[in-house]
Amino acid sequence: MSENILEVRDLVKHYPVTQGVVFKKTVGQVKAVDGVSFDLRAGETLGVVGESGCGKSTLARVLMNLERPTAGKVVYKGQDISKLSGGALRRLRRQIQLVMQDPYTSLNPRMTVGDLLGEPFEIHPEVAPKGSRRAKVRELLDLVGLNPEHINRYPHQFSGGQRQRIGIARALALRPEVIVCDEPVSALDVSIQAQVMNLLEKLQGEFGLSYVFIAHDLSVVRHLSDRVAVMYLGKIVEIGTEDEIYERPTHPYTQALLSAVPVPDPTQRNNKTIIRLTGDVPSPISPPSGCRFRTRCWKAQDVCAEQVPLLEIRRGSDHPSACHFAEKREIVASHEAA
Amino acid sequence: MSDILVSEQSAPGTGGSGRPSGRLLEVDDLRVEFRTRDGVAKVINGVTYHVDAGETLAVLGESGSGKSVTAQTIMGILDTPPGFVTGGQVRFHGKDMLRMSNEERRRIRGEGIAMIFQDALSALNPVFTVGFQIAEQFRVRRGMGRAEAKKRAIEMLDQVKIPNAKGRFNNYPHQFSGGMRQRAMIAMSLALDPEVLIADEPTTALDVTVQAQIMDLLAELQRERQMGMILITHDLGVVADVADRIAVMYAGRIVEEADVYDLYAKPAHPYTLGLIDSIPRLDEKGQQLRTIKGLPPNLMNIPPGCPFNPRCPMAQPVCREKLPPLLQVGTGRASACHFAEELVNRV
Repeated sequence: MSENILEVRDLVKHYPVTQGVVFKKTVGQVKAVDGVSFDLRAGETLGVVGESGCGKSTLARVLMNLERPTAGKVVYKGQDISKLSGGALRRLRRQIQLVMQDPYTSLNPRMTVGDLLGEPFEIHPEVAPKGSRRAKVRELLDLVGLNPEHINRYPHQFSGGQRQRIGIARALALRPEVIVCDEPVSALDVSIQAQVMNLLEKLQGEFGLSYVFIAHDLSVVRHLSDRVAVMYLGKIVEIGTEDEIYERPTHPYTQALLSAVPVPDPTQRNNKTIIRLTGDVPSPISPPSGCRFRTRCWKAQDVCAEQVPLLEIRRGSDHPSACHFAEKREIVASHEAA
Repeated sequence: MSDILVSEQSAPGTGGSGRPSGRLLEVDDLRVEFRTRDGVAKVINGVTYHVDAGETLAVLGESGSGKSVTAQTIMGILDTPPGFVTGGQVRFHGKDMLRMSNEERRRIRGEGIAMIFQDALSALNPVFTVGFQIAEQFRVRRGMGRAEAKKRAIEMLDQVKIPNAKGRFNNYPHQFSGGMRQRAMIAMSLALDPEVLIADEPTTALDVTVQAQIMDLLAELQRERQMGMILITHDLGVVADVADRIAVMYAGRIVEEADVYDLYAKPAHPYTLGLIDSIPRLDEKGQQLRTIKGLPPNLMNIPPGCPFNPRCPMAQPVCREKLPPLLQVGTGRASACHFAEELVNRV
């Protein structure tokens, strides 16, 4: 578990904000991802949580090299993939695959499942020679719990959960080592969501996959992740093992986020305290100076506006937190599953 | 209106405020089908529920269970065609709304029953300011002048805790953030002081921290105004926090109805049990999640007997033959399962 398969260092992705039609001029930058560093270890799941607009989907796109980072690097097994292009990039793409959120728009409606799942082999013919592709596709369908007989069906003939399975099968086709899952279950109903989560766990065990699991649902992330990174406005504010984040959070934002998650147990109604955050997430075009969370933080002092808190292990804590006043606080009443 | 009568089955949390005809809003054996080119989808197959003043009824179900269509039928905003009401009643203060004239129904909308939607951006008109859309109701329905309507609209924006309500009056919906838009929509729906508020997935599109703010606001406004609230959602967490009673829907039917505490402690229907077991919990380190196998039924071809039987771990031959009616199990709760008693009495 100790070997790093992916090392992300000071990753930055800014999008220019332009004005004017003929003479475009840049009037600002959307700082979608603004200095993110983490390691992904072989065989582990790193959960990335945060609210909308925190940059988690941009992070996925940059990790996949679908977008070039503005600065920083993504190192896969010693190779900086953000610099790759052409054949080298294509070869690398086999190793890192993406599962997208919306199974309704991520599958081409005019292609049969057989074509959809066969396409990766066309781009990478070395994985499966032409004659064996149908068999490979059937194998994939079976692997993700779909009926191999349905190979000639079109996406609209499947339900949302089944479509997400097709998306997962497609990501698996080339036997990658890393799968980036961008909100893979948030479009699904509860009963189907559990099926897909179990499938992801099963496949990880079978193929030794490493996942970057991006989601806004903290319960889902806890269920699947070994380690968790919490993002706010383009930065990681706290990172640690699942226990460290959920049982001993030290960043006020993590604490507020955890406290706001409704617990499906009416008897807990009156004995939990929700930390109410006021206001909305500030614009990523002009984030607050110093600590980006300070405008909504109840602990904010002058120093928070002046100094950017570094993501580092602080006194009285066992994991990195980007808060000047990081302090352990129990939010989630922990009890082991029966 | 001043005499207080406690309804005979008053559920816990009921304010018990007196209404002349007992129940405030009742849906009685409602049936709706969608006639499409591909066939007839039986979307609502006999739904019965009610809500009283001051109480929150949560209608819980997955996509396609018919929870939103029921609400649309109550509001009279069902798309017809393809949707057709084929039976049942929706009674407001004892009067069947489905047999009213359009004029009568229009009068109930807004003042009697109001609704808020999941997606505030598409529910608000993008070409009018938020303030105008709220003030419009006071002008059209209350006959107020521009200045007074504006004053009242600003009061409403203030009540839903939109900061700087006066300055925000002239903003367009796109200038609001997601949470603010939801607040604006709540302000609009409550402008005419409705007796029942139907909230259809009000926080599904919002982030958790904003969701908590909106649910607080709804609970507070409901308490103040003693409104009846129907909360339509798929989120078992939100329901646990705010509901008094819960009706669980599956394939266009209510499969279980119970007090919120009973439902979570001892579900009386295998579908409810499956749902509760299949959500990952923040406060539990999970292993394998228990799942409900299979898929919800195709509403054009609902399986005979109990519609849940192909997915049910407890299914017996009788389940494939006989449709279980929604019957009382113990006190104050009902389940549409042949084996409800066994489920409730299991240790």
